[in-house]
Amino acid sequence: MSAVAIIEDVAEPAPVAERRAERPLLEAIGLTKRFGAFTALDAVSIELHAGEFHALLGENGAGKSTLVKCMLGYYHPDEGSVILDGREQTIASPRDARRLGIGMVYQHFTLVPSMTVLENLVMSRTEVPRVIDWKSERRALSAFLETMPLKVPLDTKVDRLSSGERQKTEILKQLYLGSRVLVLDEPTSVLTPDEAREVLGFLRDLASRTGMAVLLITHKFAEVTAFCDRVTVLRKGAEVGAGKVAELSTADMAGMMIGERELAAVPDRVVHAGQREPVLHARDLVSGDAGTRGSVAIADLQVRAGEIVGIAGISGNGQTRLVELISGQARPDGGEIRVKGKAYDASRAAAQAMKVRCLPEEPLRNACVGKMSVAENLAFRAFDRAPDGKPRRLLDKSGMRREAERLIAAYAVKTQSPSARIETLSGGNVQRAVLARELSGETDLLVAANPCFGLDFGAVADIRAQILKARNDGAAVLLVSEDLDEVVALSDRIAVMFEGRIVFECEGGEKADTRQIGAHMAGHSAAGTGGLH
Amino acid sequence: MNEDLGLWAVPIAVLGGMLRVSTPFLFVSLGECVTEKSGRINLGLEGTLVFGAMAGYGGSYLTGNPWAGVLLAGLAGTLFGLLHAALCSLPRVNDIAVGIALMILGSGLAFFFGKPLIQPAAPMLPSLSLGGWSDVPQLRSALEVSPLLLIGIAAAFVLLFVFKRTRIGLILRMVGDSADAARAMGYPIIPVRVAATAFGGFMAGIAGAYLSLYYPGSWNEHISSGQGLIAVALVIFARWNPLACLGAALIFGGAGALGPALQSVGVTSGYYLFYAAPYILTLAILFATSSPRRALEGAPRELSITK
Repeated sequence: MSAVAIIEDVAEPAPVAERRAERPLLEAIGLTKRFGAFTALDAVSIELHAGEFHALLGENGAGKSTLVKCMLGYYHPDEGSVILDGREQTIASPRDARRLGIGMVYQHFTLVPSMTVLENLVMSRTEVPRVIDWKSERRALSAFLETMPLKVPLDTKVDRLSSGERQKTEILKQLYLGSRVLVLDEPTSVLTPDEAREVLGFLRDLASRTGMAVLLITHKFAEVTAFCDRVTVLRKGAEVGAGKVAELSTADMAGMMIGERELAAVPDRVVHAGQREPVLHARDLVSGDAGTRGSVAIADLQVRAGEIVGIAGISGNGQTRLVELISGQARPDGGEIRVKGKAYDASRAAAQAMKVRCLPEEPLRNACVGKMSVAENLAFRAFDRAPDGKPRRLLDKSGMRREAERLIAAYAVKTQSPSARIETLSGGNVQRAVLARELSGETDLLVAANPCFGLDFGAVADIRAQILKARNDGAAVLLVSEDLDEVVALSDRIAVMFEGRIVFECEGGEKADTRQIGAHMAGHSAAGTGGLH
Repeated sequence: MNEDLGLWAVPIAVLGGMLRVSTPFLFVSLGECVTEKSGRINLGLEGTLVFGAMAGYGGSYLTGNPWAGVLLAGLAGTLFGLLHAALCSLPRVNDIAVGIALMILGSGLAFFFGKPLIQPAAPMLPSLSLGGWSDVPQLRSALEVSPLLLIGIAAAFVLLFVFKRTRIGLILRMVGDSADAARAMGYPIIPVRVAATAFGGFMAGIAGAYLSLYYPGSWNEHISSGQGLIAVALVIFARWNPLACLGAALIFGGAGALGPALQSVGVTSGYYLFYAAPYILTLAILFATSSPRRALEGAPRELSITK
């Protein structure tokens, strides 16, 4: 089938009820995928009807991505078949899928960062002319964008776009290609709540108008209940439930998704009496050219002992740089960071003296040496000091191993042995190991960046409990997270970062107004533009 | 002879040197620009260049036609490019290590096969006189240029057009900038890189033929003074832009001609220092345009040196 025919098919608005009565648009039957002895997907079937918004729910590692990758030709399933329009199709590659009108918006972006939006969109077509006439391409694409409520700048290079704009570009790309089946892999993780509503609402509407089928991969129940018609739940590679969203409660879906499991109890917040001293104090902190992606320009940020300050914001607004400035991975261009009133230069000596500890994002890359053992990685903070604080010249291997065994047991790190390479651990266990290292010994300031990103429910509960415990023990905690729900749940105070600046501060917990925070995250606020008064 | 021109002799000599010396830099850097745009770096071009010089000289000697020599040099270069590309397509092979190995292999093979070619004289490439309008003999001789220079300049503009306006060019940039994105859009990665590396080898081979068949115009073991290696650095300096490669090659050629030019007007003290001008200039420009914090602007992101 040619691309033109697909576009016409989508453009023709058919009555939805009529379409729904037909057989499913896309059907996967009994898909099984094994990697060696491990069965990632065990005879899973799913049906997508024209015009429906279908949710695929499951924890990380439940097989959601494997299922859609089998449907899109990335993987070749060991068993099972994919049926499109009642005909069995062999989809050998993503290109085949595209030709058949099945498109996917990936979690990691598939746009070329150094090319403009226009170049990316043109190159994504199945047929690209030998010599490209940019004028007519721009005219055609502008005309197409006119019809869409989502707006992206055509002549901006992709690496200058915010994550939200990139996500929108990915979605527009699929619509431009005329996809009849659209798979979205956790599309809202980089969007503000308002943007997420806008994008999902638009796709929902488009699906029911044009008969496009949307499969939304997610672990957020709010999205399922607000936008989806039907849901399929996966757990450990198997289909554990399916049905109409209207007939299921959130508790039902959570039960199917998680199964029966004990979650770590989250400790209560200890109320600290009185105003405590500020531990972290950043003043006029500048890094990078103002307004560029990832730069930081913070006028004033304080974190007091015994409180969690959550930094909310969409990725790329300077949070990563802020953490790097405190961990010592980046140098400030101006301003200063003080810890307990003293200047802090993020050197190893200063971090040791002032008890500053850090759990950066992607800890395997930012806080571990993957090829070194778990025990060695656990000793990174302390291997050069004897217990009495004197510098140590020769390593105490047996002491390191004992300490590692203690931490592995205390923080429930799952590893074959302390001498296994740390890169062999799962994401959650690397996170636990780094947190164990950072919280061993006294901690006055803990910086945690996206601590629960990509972890399953059990690990998330563990890590959050550890962070709360550190707070209750009197540490100042700076929590930087792209997950707004996490920031709201854990923080005593919330600061919103936008384009490197703190544009809004409010209380955390139940008193937080997520709509207001979301507006500030997107920069939609008079206060957010700053300096007007 | 220089009395009537005075100090004007220096810029004229620099211009002449620039037009003569820059051509091999131009060819190697344009070829390497294409290779690096695809996400691979080929450090072996120095060896390819030396082998191309030998093959070009031999081809010209055996057929009596210098252009046949140029073609042979280009084909030999293509083979070296294909070898590099094939080796780098194997799993866990580092393109820089392969490049260094091929650099040595190319020079070694060239010396081995080129021994009998040191004595005989091969027909040289013709030159074009662009200075007929001038009465100054120095200017006229400075403007005697090789047709290869004009071809190289045209190639720079053609490559710019290819990168900006054609499907092949965009696929090349895509493969070099984000292999993930290219794969998701169904474009092949390895064939594109193989073709780009073969093209780089082809251009380096021609640059070698220029050395042995035009300027300096002989075949011996010291024919190259590192042009192949310097041109790789020129690509980085030119920020992967073909027109900037042209500019960089001309600047570098001009700086290289400064020493001989000064010597010709009678500056004798410390002229070795002026011979070093190209290298000092390169260091100075790289220093001035570098930044400890920003990543290289325009660098293909799949390139192993910028990853």
